[in-house]
Amino acid sequence: MKKKVLSLFIAGGFLFGLGAGANAETLELLTWKGYAPQSLVEKFEKETGITVKTTYSNNEEMIAKLRATRGAGFDLAQPSQDRISSVQEKFNIYQPIDYSKIDTALIIPSMLEAVKKNTMVDGKSYGVPHVYGTSGLIVNRKAAPDADDYTALLDPKYEGRVSYRLKRPTLIAMAFAGGTDPFALYGDEAKYQELMEGIGQKLIDAKGLVKTYWTNGDALLQSMRSGEVNVAMAWDNGGWKLNAENPDIDFVAPKSGALGWIDTFAIPAKAENVEAAYKWINFMMRPENAAVFTNAEKYGTASAGAIEFYEADVKANFERSFTKADIDNIKWYPPVPAKLEEIEGKILDKVKASN
Amino acid sequence: MDVDLSVEKLSKHFKEFTAVDNVSFDVERGNFFSILGPSGCGKTTLLRMIAGFEEPSEGTIRIRGRDMASVAPNRRPVNLIFQHLALFPMMNVAENIGFGLARRNESKAEINKKVGDILERVNLPGFESKKIHQLSGGQMQRVAIARSLVLDPTVLLLDEPLGALDLKLREQMKIELKRLQEQVGTTFVYITHDQSEALVMSDYVAVMNEGKFEQIDTPQKLYARPTSPFVARFVGNNNRLLGKVMKSSGGLTELATPNGDKIRAATQLNVTPGSRAELFIRPESIIIEPGELPDLNRLQVVVGSVLFDGANSQLLARSGDADEELLISLPQNRQFDHIRAGDHIEIGWDVSAGNCFVMS
Amino acid sequence: MTPLSRARSRLPLLIFLTPILLWLLLLIVLPHFDLLRMSFRVENNSGDMVWSANNYLEFFREPIYWLTFTRTAVYAVIVTVLTLCIAFPVAFYITKVAPPRFKGFFSLLLLMPFWVSELVRIYGWMILLRESGVINHFLVAWGILQQPVELLYNDIAMIMGLVYTSMLFMVVPLLSVLDSLDDSLIEAAYDLGSNSATIVRSIIIPHAMPGIASGSIVVFMLSLGNYLTPNLMGGKNSLWFTEQIYNQFIASFNWNQGSAFGFLLLVISSLIIFIGLKLTNQQLSRVIR
Ligand SMILES: Nc1ncnc2c1ncn2[C@@H]1O[C@H](COP(=O)(O)OP(=O)(O)OP(=O)(O)O)[C@@H](O)[C@H]1O
Ligand SMILES: [Mg+2]
Repeated sequence: MKKKVLSLFIAGGFLFGLGAGANAETLELLTWKGYAPQSLVEKFEKETGITVKTTYSNNEEMIAKLRATRGAGFDLAQPSQDRISSVQEKFNIYQPIDYSKIDTALIIPSMLEAVKKNTMVDGKSYGVPHVYGTSGLIVNRKAAPDADDYTALLDPKYEGRVSYRLKRPTLIAMAFAGGTDPFALYGDEAKYQELMEGIGQKLIDAKGLVKTYWTNGDALLQSMRSGEVNVAMAWDNGGWKLNAENPDIDFVAPKSGALGWIDTFAIPAKAENVEAAYKWINFMMRPENAAVFTNAEKYGTASAGAIEFYEADVKANFERSFTKADIDNIKWYPPVPAKLEEIEGKILDKVKASN
Repeated sequence: MDVDLSVEKLSKHFKEFTAVDNVSFDVERGNFFSILGPSGCGKTTLLRMIAGFEEPSEGTIRIRGRDMASVAPNRRPVNLIFQHLALFPMMNVAENIGFGLARRNESKAEINKKVGDILERVNLPGFESKKIHQLSGGQMQRVAIARSLVLDPTVLLLDEPLGALDLKLREQMKIELKRLQEQVGTTFVYITHDQSEALVMSDYVAVMNEGKFEQIDTPQKLYARPTSPFVARFVGNNNRLLGKVMKSSGGLTELATPNGDKIRAATQLNVTPGSRAELFIRPESIIIEPGELPDLNRLQVVVGSVLFDGANSQLLARSGDADEELLISLPQNRQFDHIRAGDHIEIGWDVSAGNCFVMS
Repeated sequence: MTPLSRARSRLPLLIFLTPILLWLLLLIVLPHFDLLRMSFRVENNSGDMVWSANNYLEFFREPIYWLTFTRTAVYAVIVTVLTLCIAFPVAFYITKVAPPRFKGFFSLLLLMPFWVSELVRIYGWMILLRESGVINHFLVAWGILQQPVELLYNDIAMIMGLVYTSMLFMVVPLLSVLDSLDDSLIEAAYDLGSNSATIVRSIIIPHAMPGIASGSIVVFMLSLGNYLTPNLMGGKNSLWFTEQIYNQFIASFNWNQGSAFGFLLLVISSLIIFIGLKLTNQQLSRVIR
């Protein structure tokens, strides 16, 4: 009996200890891998005394996580700008941004305006731009010298050397490559469905060419490095990383337009430490900090002055892959209506299940 | 007589350790042959070699003249009843007993009939559909025997099958087993470390010690004329007296015990005077207060204690300051009711009653 | 024992059971109720949530869904059978054949892959099997192949990965059940005239049946519920049912459909196990023990 009482005491003490440990101020950050480099986290912690706890995720999982808790558990999230408004309308998981608390001078004005516009629900905006980038092609120039558009992914020439994700960007890209602007059909569910079904059929027909549908960015880069894959649809920074190792491989802005995305800062509805969230946003947008991130990850940043601090190769990457025309041709994702994702989901399942 | 089992110069070595050491014996058809020995002396190893589960290191095993060296256990005309019976718990009684018959592809009807018959034989009629775990110890015993007997083996090997039973049941099964063997006439090779089992049931008993056979004989001879000190000590109760040979002639040897007693004993050969010898004398050979009987060794002893145990009552008594007390049978015919612990009495035994061995 | 003292002796037990029961209730039972409720909710045309069995009917109406499920279930059964076929001799060797002093060592060897996460294990396989991988390298170097071939991204690779991941969960119950098999039963059967085949069939397998059944249930459920291995090692058409549930929850934001799929998975897999147990004449209570 004595023993049991003792173990109860010990268990009680444990709980107590845990409670005491959670006292220090923390920032719960829900973000993408690489978006909170260790050096910046340490710098921020030193400056503010706030401990940063990061959880890595992607758009879909971020939404699912916040939806499950109705916007609790995190102080700051980083969804893409096109995935905010419809989600907010439906699930109400974010709180409006108080732009007066943000040092807006640090942010490229056009980008800030676009994000404000795209994340607006009932007259209030929910996002602050942070990172931008594009999806396009990563090509091994030696093996596939004339791959310059998404159609290369369906080209029998590259049989067995092609890879892409079974995710919505692939469908969107194929629509542009086929000459249709899918964004123009966002309002017309029936037409959109028809378009997607056509694309789904194309992907099914060309399934034999695909090496694998990649799910993990690092695994894809490995496949390209080893020459197992020569043409892939992927993010620009991956291509640039490979280019540094092997000049034959590079990111290519496709003729029908690279797909541009902007990842934002958005504050969950039940964030506990909103002040810390604003502090982190302002900290990350400071040019010298934003440049640290860009130099490491090769992604573009919405911080206005950061370009001063870019390393030479980062600038070179961008100039090499994008002509002036390419930049004008970037298709920026508009906010996506919720219903469409279900249509796309089913088509993607069909492609995957087909033989 | 036909020989069913013939073992010749059989040995089994486990690394440096020799479990069975150069053993030879024959078992005649229809005999109940026991191997008696203390725990760990190699009995099971010997039996497993006969059954085919262990490869002999040296020597040959023949069954009805046929060399068993290259014959697998499932092809040998012998069956083994295991120390812990090894009944199949996932089958009922009939399936257990019919198991070997089914392996011989006998028809269902035939199997059922044979199983019924053998169950009758072992006094378990109608037990076919019982589960193994529903049986008592004695019933399991009988099922195990039935399972092997139904195959009509040339030799049935039994590895201490009564070991797990309680005393009463063991006494009863002993008699039952003996009767069963007489009825079916199968040759039995029976292992035990219980001398009473061996003596009661067997036609012949082999006494085994540290891998070797000490003596093979009928139970009576084994008891009356052990050929080695080990057998004398292991089979039945015995008193052991140590002494120095004083003189030896005409098959009669005279010993002097350390405390001065003079003892005569019959020996086969003459023994060199001066050598040491041991004399074994059974408790029931000792006569209390012998009176005027001739040709006796006589000793004056002091009674240490009276052990009353009905027909098996005994006295413990000591001669002078001897190391060991003597065990003496105490007949319950009221003649010795007056004997108490501490009494001085005279005992004696016939000169030819003991067994004397010279010590090397 | 008086009622009072009995109650008193139970008190500590209750105190210690309460957290476990609470845990079961809060973390296992309640969420399932919520999922169950959700699975019967459907958004109607005007965007309101109403009660309906539509999510379940959708499963049977849309061939992709039930075909994927069938595929998943069939592969899970194949994986279970293969795992059993490999694990059984291994477990038999460890318990009955190997020298006793090596038993611990062999068990440790089996356990070793599980010191790293499933992801790492799969990457290990990928490094071996991929077109530019280790196996291809040697096949080409030894002149067995002219050109490296892709060994990864097909159903065989996926099944192999699943079998590998499942091995331990089959071997462990088999080890314990075979360990409890008295060697003398095998010898007795041999002595009574059996050959090896009949010994396996009539002695060893019946004895090992509870272990076979519990191992098979675990492996079947784990394979059915696996996500990583089919996804990373499987072929381009290796859509696994769990992936579909994930897609419903995460990609399509359709939690209602996802919950319905989850429950269908639970119910149908339980049914398959139930049928399996009935076919092999096993009782669940014995198997769990
Ligand atoms: N496989 C083996 N490896 C090494 N030694 C063994 C092996 N089997 C038996 N022995 C040894 O051989 C000796 C004889 O063993 P065995 O089982 O034959 O004895 P036993 O006479 O049947 O004893 P018990 O009456 O206790 O059953 C023992 O000392 C035992 O330790
Ligand atoms: Mg033994």
